[in-house]
Amino acid sequence: MINLVGEPTHHLPVGERGGPAQPLISVKGLLKHFPVKGSGFLKPKKVVHAVDGVDFDILKGETLGVVGESGCGKSTTARLLMQLIAPDRGEILFDGETVGETLPLSEYRRQVQMVFQDSYASLNPRLTIEESIAFAPRVHGVPAPKAIARAHDLLHRVGLEPVRFAGRYPHELSGGQRQRVNIARALALEPRLVILDEAVSALDKSVEAQVLNLLLDLKRDFGLTYLFISHDLNVVRFMCERVMVMYLGKVAEIGERDAIFEETRHPYSSALLASMPKMDPGERTLEPPLSGDPPNPIDPPAGCRFHTRCSFAEDVCRQTLPPLTRISGAQSAACLMATPNSGHSRAPAQLEA
Amino acid sequence: MSAVTAEIGASVVVPVAKSPGFWRNVLRRLSRDPVAMIALAIIVILVLVAIFAPYIAPYDPSKGSVIRRLKPMGTPGYPLGTDELGRDMLSRLIHGARLSLIMGVIPVPIAFIIGSTIGIIAGYSGGIVNTLIMRTIDVFYAFPSVLLAVALSGALGSGLTNALVSLTVVFIPQIARVAESVTTQVRKLDYVDAARASGASAATIIRVHILGNVLGPIFVFATSLISVSMILASGLSFLGLGVRPPDAEWGLMLNTLRTAIYSNPFVAALPGVMIFITSICFNLFSDGLRTAMDVKS
Amino acid sequence: MTDPMIDIRNLSVTFNRGRKPVKAVNGVSLSVNSGEVVALLGESGSGKSVTMRSLLRLHPKGTTIEGSMRVAGKDVTELSARELADYRGATVSMVFQEPRLALDPVYTLGQQIEEAIIRHKGVSRREAASRALGLFEKVRIPSPERRLMNYPHEMSGGMLQRSMIAMAIACNPKVLLADEPTTALDATVQIQILLLIRELQKEYGLSVIFVTHDIGVAAEVADRIAVMYAGRIVEEGKVADVIQNPKHPYTKGLLGARVELAHGRDRLITIPGAPPDLAALPPGCAFAPRCGEAVAQCLTDVPRLTATDGTASVACVKYA
Repeated sequence: MINLVGEPTHHLPVGERGGPAQPLISVKGLLKHFPVKGSGFLKPKKVVHAVDGVDFDILKGETLGVVGESGCGKSTTARLLMQLIAPDRGEILFDGETVGETLPLSEYRRQVQMVFQDSYASLNPRLTIEESIAFAPRVHGVPAPKAIARAHDLLHRVGLEPVRFAGRYPHELSGGQRQRVNIARALALEPRLVILDEAVSALDKSVEAQVLNLLLDLKRDFGLTYLFISHDLNVVRFMCERVMVMYLGKVAEIGERDAIFEETRHPYSSALLASMPKMDPGERTLEPPLSGDPPNPIDPPAGCRFHTRCSFAEDVCRQTLPPLTRISGAQSAACLMATPNSGHSRAPAQLEA
Repeated sequence: MSAVTAEIGASVVVPVAKSPGFWRNVLRRLSRDPVAMIALAIIVILVLVAIFAPYIAPYDPSKGSVIRRLKPMGTPGYPLGTDELGRDMLSRLIHGARLSLIMGVIPVPIAFIIGSTIGIIAGYSGGIVNTLIMRTIDVFYAFPSVLLAVALSGALGSGLTNALVSLTVVFIPQIARVAESVTTQVRKLDYVDAARASGASAATIIRVHILGNVLGPIFVFATSLISVSMILASGLSFLGLGVRPPDAEWGLMLNTLRTAIYSNPFVAALPGVMIFITSICFNLFSDGLRTAMDVKS
Repeated sequence: MTDPMIDIRNLSVTFNRGRKPVKAVNGVSLSVNSGEVVALLGESGSGKSVTMRSLLRLHPKGTTIEGSMRVAGKDVTELSARELADYRGATVSMVFQEPRLALDPVYTLGQQIEEAIIRHKGVSRREAASRALGLFEKVRIPSPERRLMNYPHEMSGGMLQRSMIAMAIACNPKVLLADEPTTALDATVQIQILLLIRELQKEYGLSVIFVTHDIGVAAEVADRIAVMYAGRIVEEGKVADVIQNPKHPYTKGLLGARVELAHGRDRLITIPGAPPDLAALPPGCAFAPRCGEAVAQCLTDVPRLTATDGTASVACVKYA
C-alpha cells in the first residue's frame, strides 16, 4: 500500500509506477444512481441504487471474483470501472494515481479492457475478425499492417488459426469462437486489467471449460489482472484468488477465496453458497436457504440491505447500516454479527486484537 | 519492456481466406430473389426509355391535332390512342417518364443524406441533443406528407425546382426518424461500448461502427420512399403545383385527361397505370433489399 | 408392469427451413413412467428442447416429425387440432425458460389462470377464481389475492415462474414439461423453484421431463437422466449412476470438465473441439471427432443405445 518514497516515478510506464505492493485498482466510495424512466413528472423522482458506495481493491496479478444476484450492481461496477458511465461520486485510483486527474482518461483506457457476456452483440457484424481486433490499435496510431499483424498474433494466441479465421465475419463463428475473438480484441491494447463480465456464462459447459483454461494461460503469459464477474460460484471458486460478494449495490463480503468459501461471515454469502445445486443426488437440498426474490434496487430496505431475507435479523439490523468490517487480514464483511459492539446479540463483544 | 510487447508484434502477416463482404453477400442474395430482379428489370427499362425518349417516341409529344382528339386505344398509328388535344399517348407517356422519374427519384437521395445526418447525430448523441432535434422533427412529422408537400409547394410557387425542394423537405423528417431509431439501437450494443472503451473518438466510432450498421436499414426505407415521392409529385402536378403544361408528366397527364374519364376511360387511366407500375416496382425492390440484408436468413 | 406415461419411439425431427434440412432430433426413444422425473441433459443444439416440444407438437410448419409418441395412452401424432387443444394444458402442460415471454402482458395473472381453468374444466368464473387463489397459495406466492391482480411486468422473475407453474398445474395435468425453467433465475431463487417443482411433482404424482444444460440442476430434481448429444440420446440411467459412474465418453467429459472438481488444480480437463453441425452430421458416432477413445468403427457406424444392465443404457461401441 505504500508508494515508493521520494523516487520520481513518472518515467516508468503507467501501471508500473506504484510498485508491486500498490493495488492495481483502488475504488473508493463509488456511487451510481440511475433515474427511473417515466418517473419524476409531477411525482417524486425514483432512482435505482445500482452501486451505492462501494470500496474495494484489485491487487496486481490477482483475479478478483465478483458474485451476486441480479440487481446487486456487479455489471454497473464493471461499466463504472471501464468509464463507460460516469460515477455520481467516488474515485478510482489506478496504481495510486487518480483516474481523470493525475492519470488522464486516455492513458487509463489503454490499461483496462472488457469482455462482455453477449459474444455476438460485442462484435461489429460488418467488420471481419481481424478488423475488429485491429480497431483499437489503429485508434491509438498503430499503422494498419502492424495492427493487422498484431491481430493475427492474438488470434493465434487465443487458439484461432489466423489463416482460417481472420477474414471471417462474426456470424460465421460459433459462440465459443466469438468469445475467443472478444478476448483477443480486449488484449489488443496490451492492458493490465481485463474485466470479464459474465464472459463465459452464455457458453456451453464443454466450451466454457476451454475458454476458462485459455483465460488462465493468457493471464500467466501476459501478466494480466482479472476482474471476474459471474453468477456461477463454482467457476469463481476455480478462477479467483479473492472474491467480493455484492448485494443490492453494496459489498456484503470481500476476502480471500478460501475464507469466503469455507468460513464466510456474512449470512448472504452462506445462503448463496448453500443455494448451489448439490452434485450428489443422495444429499439433495431439502429447504431453500433463502425465501423470496432479491428486493428491488429502486427501493432498497433501510439499515442492512439484507435484513428482509436474513434469518438472523434483529431490530438493530433494520436501523443500522453495517460497515464493511475487517475480520482478519484475509476477509472483511458488512454484517452486524461480525462487527464488534454493534448491538446485535451475536456480535463479538470486543475488538479483536 | 513488458512481456506483452515481446509476445505480440513479432510476426508476419499471412494471407488470409477472406469471406465475401457484407454487400457482396447482399447482392448475391438479392440476385436470387426473382421478384426483386423483375422489379429491377422494369425500373431499368423505364430509365432507359426515359433517357432515349426522343429516339423511341413515334411522334412529337407536344404536337396535337384537333381532328384526332381522344382516339381510343388500338387506333392505327396511335396504339395507345390520343389525348384531349390530339397528342399521341404513347409518345407522351414515354416522354413523361423523364420528368416523373426525376420528380420521384431526385428528392429521395438528397433527403437521405440530410435526414440520415440529422438522425444519426441525434441517435448517437442521445440526451438533450436528441430531444431538441427530434422534437423539432416531430413538428414537421405532425403534418400528413401530402398536406405538407402541397403547403410548401404552394408557398414556394409552382415549378419543377420548387416541387423538388418541397418533396425533399417532406422526406427529411421521415428519414431522420428512422435513422435516429436505428442509431439508438446500434449505439446500445456492446461493440460500441467496446470501441468507446478503446478510446476511440465519437467521429471514429460513427464512421467505423455506426454507419456500416445503420445506413443499410435507412437505405431500404429511403428506397421505399421513391414510390411515395412519385405519387406525391404526380399529385403536385395534378394540382398545378409541379410541372406545367404542355410538358409531359404522368401526374399532370392524369389531371388534364380527367375530363375524358367517361368518354375514353382506358386512355385516361394510362398515366395512372404507369405511376402504379413504377411505384410498385420500387416498393418490391426495396422489400427484396430488406430481405437480402437480413444476415440471419 | 404398467404402460409408461410417456413413450417416445424412434423420434426424428427435421427442420426444413433454410437451404439444408437440419435434423435436430435423430431417432430418440425415451419412456417416462407415471410419477417419474427424467432430466434431458445436453448442450445447445443437442435436441433436448426439440424432443420435449414435439410432445406438444409445438413445431413450426414445414417440420418433419417421424416416429411415434404416446402420452397417457394417446397417440400424439394422430391428434386433430381440436383434440390437440384439449390435450395441451389438460394432459400435458409446460413451463418455459422465460415466463415473461410466455405470459400475455395485457391480462392480469388471475385472468390468465381463470381463463385456462374455465376452458378446460368448464366451471363458473367464481369457482375458477377460487381455484386460482388456491393455486397461488400452493406455489407459495406471498399475498396471493393481491398478486392475482398483478400484470406480468409487475412481478419479479421468481414470482413469475411460480405463477407459470401455478398455471401449468391448474388443470391437473398428468405430465409437466419443464424447459430450462430456472436458467434465467438467480441462484437463491433457482433452488426455491427446483424444490417447488419437486414437491408438486410428489404431491400430484406428475411425470416430468426436465430439460436442462446444468448437471447440478438435474442432480437436484431428476430420478433418471438422459444425456443428449447432436440429436441422439447417448446415455441414460438412474441419476446417481450417471453422475457417479458415467459410461459414455461425452458424459465423462462433461462431468470431468466441471470446475468444482478442479479444486487445487490449475487447469480444467476439457472436451476438445465443438459440437457438430446438425446439417452435416458425421457418418458414424457424432461424438467420435472429439472423443479420445474413438476407434475406426466409431467413424463409420452409429452406435445404438444398448442396455448395460436393468436400468442403464449407453450408445457407445465400448459397451455394445
